[in-house]
Amino acid sequence: MSGWLSPEEWTAVRLSLIVATTAMLASLPFGLAVAWLLARGRFWGKSILDAVVHLPLIMPPVVTGYLLLIWFGRRGPVGQFLYEYFGIVLSFRWTGAVLASAVMGFPLMVRAIRLSIEAVDRKLEDAAGTLGANRAWVFLVVTLPLCLPGILVGMILCFAKAMGEFGATITFVSNIPGETQTLPSAIYTFTQVPNGDAGAMRLTLISIAISVIALFVSEWLARLVGRRIAVE
Amino acid sequence: MSPVIEIMVRHRLGTFELDASFASAGRLTALFGRSGSGKTSLVNIIGGLIAPAQGRVVVDGKVLVDTQARVFVPKHKRRIGYVFQEARLFPHLSVRQNLLFGRWFSRSDARASSDFPSVLDLLGIGHLLERRPGGLSGGEKQRVAIGRALLANPRLLLMDEPLASLDEARKAEILPYIERLRDEIGVPIVFVSHSVAEVTRLATTLVTLDQGHVTAGGPTAEVMSRLDVAGLSGVAEAGSIIEARIAGHDEDYNLTRLETRAGTLQVSRSAMPTGAPVRVRILASDVLISLGPPVGVSALNILPGTIVGIGARGPTGAVELLIDCGGENLLARLTAKSVDALALAPGSAVYAVIKSVSIEGP
Repeated sequence: MSGWLSPEEWTAVRLSLIVATTAMLASLPFGLAVAWLLARGRFWGKSILDAVVHLPLIMPPVVTGYLLLIWFGRRGPVGQFLYEYFGIVLSFRWTGAVLASAVMGFPLMVRAIRLSIEAVDRKLEDAAGTLGANRAWVFLVVTLPLCLPGILVGMILCFAKAMGEFGATITFVSNIPGETQTLPSAIYTFTQVPNGDAGAMRLTLISIAISVIALFVSEWLARLVGRRIAVE
Repeated sequence: MSPVIEIMVRHRLGTFELDASFASAGRLTALFGRSGSGKTSLVNIIGGLIAPAQGRVVVDGKVLVDTQARVFVPKHKRRIGYVFQEARLFPHLSVRQNLLFGRWFSRSDARASSDFPSVLDLLGIGHLLERRPGGLSGGEKQRVAIGRALLANPRLLLMDEPLASLDEARKAEILPYIERLRDEIGVPIVFVSHSVAEVTRLATTLVTLDQGHVTAGGPTAEVMSRLDVAGLSGVAEAGSIIEARIAGHDEDYNLTRLETRAGTLQVSRSAMPTGAPVRVRILASDVLISLGPPVGVSALNILPGTIVGIGARGPTGAVELLIDCGGENLLARLTAKSVDALALAPGSAVYAVIKSVSIEGP
């Protein structure tokens, strides 16, 4: 494989996989929490939270990237805080690419998980309560397993979005080979140079392959889980 | 005997107002009434699924709700088993995991009343352990649900119309298990039902509800024969229950003789042995009244008695009479015209001609 791809191309593929996987895993706890709040919470500002979460889905990705740059850049309010207290730098680093793709994938993840939480039969949770389980246990042993298919779908969607994220990433962290140059950025770069067609085509094929594999894995997992949770 | 359950609550659900209180020391207390009479709300309050606006709930000496003292024990700390109308088994767990669900959370004390093998045996579900709830029949699901509630080591078992969603064959399959539960396990049961047949067969104590209010409460036979309750139970089903014992069988005519306080009854041959206690039900519409000892009548069962009460004339022109037959209460339904024609009044000595008697179970 490394003979077929140039080292730079190989780096872009590996970086993309790392960025997408990290984005998916890091946003999972937040995705679960927000999906839970939106599905079950009753509080002032719920519709505002809903709108904010969905914003990256509707806004042009470049706008999202630019807002990230303003807030999370070295001189941005959040970026400055993170740097001073934790030594974390996001702008022009691969971690920034993770943040950008996580923000873009977040609404997709929340949507899928929220729908599956809403589909869980509250009566089963009541039944678990009468059997002695407190709310935390009910969530862990009843609600969570029952919305597992939705969680898996949400994770795959987030991963796929992160793999393909371009606009926000390139705006926020630029296109630095080896640091922030993910697959889409690398393909874009190839299209900007003479004789880049072959490289762009190779990376395009790899992109397609990863997407198809992700799709099959999600189908397979959903079927595996679905068979265990036969509808009563 | 101190009451197993004492409840006194006031609660409003939309336009419906529940204002009910009763106490019961029975092994199986039936809450009986039409749909929408507040039965389910009442058990939901006992189980902790609804917090009543006002009131007090005491089960087995433990105060679960007392709005004045600001006590509200959350449902997972009540140790009240709840068998729902739909079984509500966890679809992602096997039957075994469903059954043991409550065990994970109950503390290890006082488990003697319900150990795993004996519950499997009692409910006949030992062969289902490795299956998933999705593949079980309605009756099997309900038995597993009963086992699951029982294994959580409850101080009280609530059953909210556990038979309502089953067909007649499945009901017949489950009823004996509930009887064994009532007689063999020391856990008191509160059973919600709108079926006279179920209540007649199962209940030791009967509480009737109508539009959110308790209309009667006490031992089943006593409550069933009260005139105001007869009207409530629905036009077709009013009747009385009499405790009996099998006195012997008449093989020639394929009949069984029953001994009751009111006299001897003859019913079609029962499979139960001589000496076995049974309950019989006599529908009010199956009782005729005669002023003198009837002669030349085909009915086998004729009991002498005295009229002790005459109910109000119903919307269909029927009148219900309560007749005291040697200490047993018998309900008869006549037309208002017959009551007037025979000049029936409390104190009249009459003969009750019974067209049909059914054995409802031990």
